Amino acid sequence: MRSIISIFLLVVIAWGMITVLQEIPFGSSETRVGQRYIDQGREETGAANIVTSVVLNYRGFDTLGEITVLFVAAIGLGAVLSTNRKKKKREIESASLVLYTGCRFLFPLILLFGAYIFIHGHLTPGGGFQGGAIVASAFVLVYLGCRGRRISETGSKAVESLGGLIFIGIGLAGLAVGGRYFLSNFLPKGELNTLFSAGVIPILYIAIGFKVGSELAGVIDHLIEDSE
Amino acid sequence: MDIQGVIHFMQNYTYYIGAFGLIFIGLFIMLVKRNLIKVILGLSILETGVNLFLVSVGYISKGTAPIFSNASIEGKSMVDPVPQALVLTAIVIGVAVLALALSLAVRLYQHYGTLDLRQIREQRW
Repeated sequence: MRSIISIFLLVVIAWGMITVLQEIPFGSSETRVGQRYIDQGREETGAANIVTSVVLNYRGFDTLGEITVLFVAAIGLGAVLSTNRKKKKREIESASLVLYTGCRFLFPLILLFGAYIFIHGHLTPGGGFQGGAIVASAFVLVYLGCRGRRISETGSKAVESLGGLIFIGIGLAGLAVGGRYFLSNFLPKGELNTLFSAGVIPILYIAIGFKVGSELAGVIDHLIEDSE
Repeated sequence: MDIQGVIHFMQNYTYYIGAFGLIFIGLFIMLVKRNLIKVILGLSILETGVNLFLVSVGYISKGTAPIFSNASIEGKSMVDPVPQALVLTAIVIGVAVLALALSLAVRLYQHYGTLDLRQIREQRW
């Protein structure tokens, strides 16, 4: 009965969607704001990657909201899982030598790759969010392969708070030095397509990379601690 | 709509069909399944579909990625960067929401001893 109602509901939604989408042909974006960012983005922000200049320069304030949502979710997860936690010691079977050595060998390489992704966010596809997710995946590997090893909870909290503070500090510095608005790009733009270009964007992305990486690592730590 | 029209529609709207296929699969799972973990998986599939739809709305025919990686690339043939910037952050938010939902599922299981939504009071519909 329930699936019949659900299928009927989905058919109604699908019919509405098809009716609407016939007015929007695929492959012809009509928005003018995107074209304006593409035309002016290089001069205004100095970043070769236009997506990055939208995320951190034109809509940097939105990004502050996004990392706040992530922060609140991580806090909420900690609050949900930490109540009346029973500290049970359970014997953990240690991993085999191959797995242990492999994950210890791969861990710094994955960290390096994540750092590469978020440092080059203004030049190549990638950035702080993606690089942070890769950094967190290195910690997943450690949790799965080298059982018993833990990240320090104070350390991850400190890195997370520092990342957020750097983001807000640079935003306020832009307000003070650049003058007009929060997160304005007050540093010299440099030459297009070089590592030291685009003003504050690489610094912001490094801060976001550390913040997202430590936040997701903390989330994984909470979930694994609860399951043991 | 005759058969020719259907083929034309399929060819022009492949990405929309894929995205809405994922959205409807996710919605169906969320409406029908009774295991809480499966409902959360449905939420994740739904979110993937929404992200794919947002990116494909911004596509321009024969467009390239909006990155000026060398000087010869022209801005005329680039896809819309705004939906991509939206989706970039939405994916990370999705991970956070998924983790929060799973942690609530863990707590529900510890409290009720089951993940079946029929047996959890206040969760029935």
